[in-house]
Amino acid sequence: MNLDTQLIWHNDFTTTSFDAVIIPGGFSFGDHLRAGIIAASSPATEIVRRMANDGKPVLGICNGFQILIEAGLLPGALLRNSSLKFVCKWMKLHIRNNDSAFTCKFEKESEARMPIAHNEGRFFAEEDVLNRLEAEDSIVMTYADENPTGTSRGITAVTNKDRNVVGMMPHPERASDLALGGTDGLKVFESMVEWARC
Amino acid sequence: MLVGDLQTTLTPEELEYGRRQLGREPNALEWALIDAEWSEHCSYKSSKTTLSQLPTSGERVLLGPGYDSGVVDIGDGYVIALHIESHNHPSAIEPYGGAATGIGGVVRDILCMGTTPIAFLDSLRFGDITRSDHSKWIMKNVIRGIADYGNCIGVPTVAGEVEFDESFERNCLVDVVCLGVGRKDELLLAQATHPGDSVYLVGGSTGRDGIHGSTFASRTLTADSESDRSAVQIPDPFTKKLIIEATLESNTAKILRGCKDLGGGGLATGLSEIADKGGTGLEVCLEAIPIREPDMSPIEILISESQERMLLVAKEGTEPVLSGIMRKYGIAYARIAKVTNTEVISIVHCGRLIASLPTSFLANAPIIHRTSRVPQFRKPVPLQEHHVDSHEVLLALLASPTVTSKEWVYRQYDHEVGIRTVAKPGEADAAVVKLPNGKLAAIKVDGNSRLCQLDPYVGAAAVLAECCRNVVAVGAEPIAFLDHCQFGDPNDEEIFWSFSTTVKALADFARTASLPCVGGKVSFYNQDELTGTAIKPSPVIAVLGLIEKPEHVTKIAFRNDGDSVIVVGNTEAELGGSEFNHLLGIADGAAPRLNAELEIRTQRSVLECIRNGLVNACHDCSKAGIAAALSKMAVAGNKGAEIELERESVRIADHELLFSESNSRFLLTTKNPREIVNYLSSLDVPATNIGRVTGDTLRVKLRSRELSWSVEALRDAFHNSLQRIMEPWQK
Repeated sequence: MNLDTQLIWHNDFTTTSFDAVIIPGGFSFGDHLRAGIIAASSPATEIVRRMANDGKPVLGICNGFQILIEAGLLPGALLRNSSLKFVCKWMKLHIRNNDSAFTCKFEKESEARMPIAHNEGRFFAEEDVLNRLEAEDSIVMTYADENPTGTSRGITAVTNKDRNVVGMMPHPERASDLALGGTDGLKVFESMVEWARC
Repeated sequence: MLVGDLQTTLTPEELEYGRRQLGREPNALEWALIDAEWSEHCSYKSSKTTLSQLPTSGERVLLGPGYDSGVVDIGDGYVIALHIESHNHPSAIEPYGGAATGIGGVVRDILCMGTTPIAFLDSLRFGDITRSDHSKWIMKNVIRGIADYGNCIGVPTVAGEVEFDESFERNCLVDVVCLGVGRKDELLLAQATHPGDSVYLVGGSTGRDGIHGSTFASRTLTADSESDRSAVQIPDPFTKKLIIEATLESNTAKILRGCKDLGGGGLATGLSEIADKGGTGLEVCLEAIPIREPDMSPIEILISESQERMLLVAKEGTEPVLSGIMRKYGIAYARIAKVTNTEVISIVHCGRLIASLPTSFLANAPIIHRTSRVPQFRKPVPLQEHHVDSHEVLLALLASPTVTSKEWVYRQYDHEVGIRTVAKPGEADAAVVKLPNGKLAAIKVDGNSRLCQLDPYVGAAAVLAECCRNVVAVGAEPIAFLDHCQFGDPNDEEIFWSFSTTVKALADFARTASLPCVGGKVSFYNQDELTGTAIKPSPVIAVLGLIEKPEHVTKIAFRNDGDSVIVVGNTEAELGGSEFNHLLGIADGAAPRLNAELEIRTQRSVLECIRNGLVNACHDCSKAGIAAALSKMAVAGNKGAEIELERESVRIADHELLFSESNSRFLLTTKNPREIVNYLSSLDVPATNIGRVTGDTLRVKLRSRELSWSVEALRDAFHNSLQRIMEPWQK
């Protein structure tokens, strides 16, 4: 994609001068206490918060999504999957919102294929919160047919009111090479570039 | 047996040998060090002589057996390290922690070569889960242990196999293969070569967990084994992840001279092995070792197998760099020893010398020459004519635990983390992962204990042959293998015969195939003392292959309507040891023959067809025969086929044609059937066009009748059965 990117160790992340930030998946702090909660109170997350407040694109993938929720940058909670098991599987996704920083290159109501791989990805919120998210069009992606984790209303990606912060359980980076199964995920990163330009 | 207050597994002869070599009575601490290092688990004292038959060299082999991992050259300045480990005894007692620490152990073996771990495979053996809740409990927790640990450290579990047999009821087998990739010029060895260098212990602190782990693995499990839970270590994958990153970063910083993982036998073994390999000695400062509990004795500290620890041998004067890296990752480290030129391991506690043993004495246990005896095999009983409903039998076989899809297992593993996995579980006969030089690695692990029980020689060779076939089927050339020989008590002469016969079979086949063995393990004492039963002979083989170009990667799914289906190889009336016989409760029979020369010729010619772009799908034809192989290709591609399996020979019955497990066979699909058949026939490799891909039903025309199954029915039997057994409450 010809982008200038840097992989930064969390303790070295001290400047907000970047155009966008992606918090990737993984097991920050070994998922001790609760997935994402320790990283959410780290100094690096404060930088992320400032970039989010500045309107810069902020994406959390998988554990990154868990961190954004624990940091209060996105609503809801991510609970243990209803099967009580880790699930690694390619899923058909329904793109519900195409005006976020990470989905603006998708067609609205289109479908995309990307894999999930997590143990705590069952998005949950109270009914009134879910209704508000629907009303605000903050639900970015839902599972298209099967709901593999028992998530509320099939939700697997959400955004904030300003549309610049997105959290998603599917892995777009794993769906960015045909040899590895598909390229739908590339559009997530292309959207980010488009959004940052505007 | 007791020496002083010390419980030891050493024999009276070994104790005498020890005293004679030293010319004195070792003290209790010295006996403990000797006991750990000379355990079967660490010393291979019973198996070394037998294992020396295996061919271990080849043009790609950089390091063969005897190191923490085998290392092969894959060109362009890159290497692959590969190793197999088991954690059978711990998993039988505490399946979650046992399996997790097994993963943790094998990853250290890859790491200490200075290579980055990029893939796991697991090979698991459990009791009959359709009858035993205990085996279900073991299986569920073993898989959760592997998943929690492997997923957390960010290494994908890309393939595996699971076999079920009642002989594993109280002795499950948990084998894990790990693959690492690195630069040839950054390869590390587990040795301390330079006097003056410092030895650092990095990672977790040393506690009382895993005390006597390797001696515990060097005897049979008994009724009291439940009380051995303290011999099972405690896993901490997050610390392991940090150790991986810190070790690799230290290696890239070029401050390391050697690296050694701490596994079986703990510091006692790790320290003596780096000194022995380096031809040096060590002065160990006992109080420098960070301990978890204040009142640990010197023996406990030195033989503890606490997890998540590595030994780094760092060049003189590099401590500031090392400490910077360790601080970045928040990892504890301590300088615990100095490399000396004395060829003696000295343990010093607060300035007092408390143990002192010559390095090579400690690191080289006396070899045990064991005797073997050929068991009385039951004569195969001529089988009666079977009147079976092949339609129902296929569905039952696809649903049987050993044959059925292991989707319930591999969904729990992150098989894609690292973004390298090209062929994912269920898609192909072997896993395929991308390599940094543009090539791809194919890797597969296999075993077949029922066949090996029937005929240890043919069984072992057939397992190696099939594993190679799997790697060829994805478009790779086999370049190296690992063997893991798992047996009962080697004091039993018949068991020792099975072991040595197995190794001979592997050596013979490997020589014919010019395939080097680059590593392996031996695990004895997989025996239940309560019932006196040993596990069936269970050699587990892993084969590594190399794929030159991405377009050679071949999967099993039927791809295009109209593609021809070709069976390569001959199907004989060979149901001995088959899944079909197992389903019908027949334990006797002769193992299918294996002609090594024909097998290798078949594999090489099929690979040639794949490389020439003639093959759209390829699948090894083995467990449950042609019928199961066709079904799996149909289910994977969501397409049916019309197949004719009429044979002129009247010797072979319909059910034999469908379910026989003859060796040296592939199924492939192509648009160019004539070209493939002509090419293979010209090399004297049997090949027959048996039909084409079409519709959504698998139809098979036999001599007397036609059978058909909807792809949906095959899918249900193949994909949903394991979940029905493991979680009957789910829909």
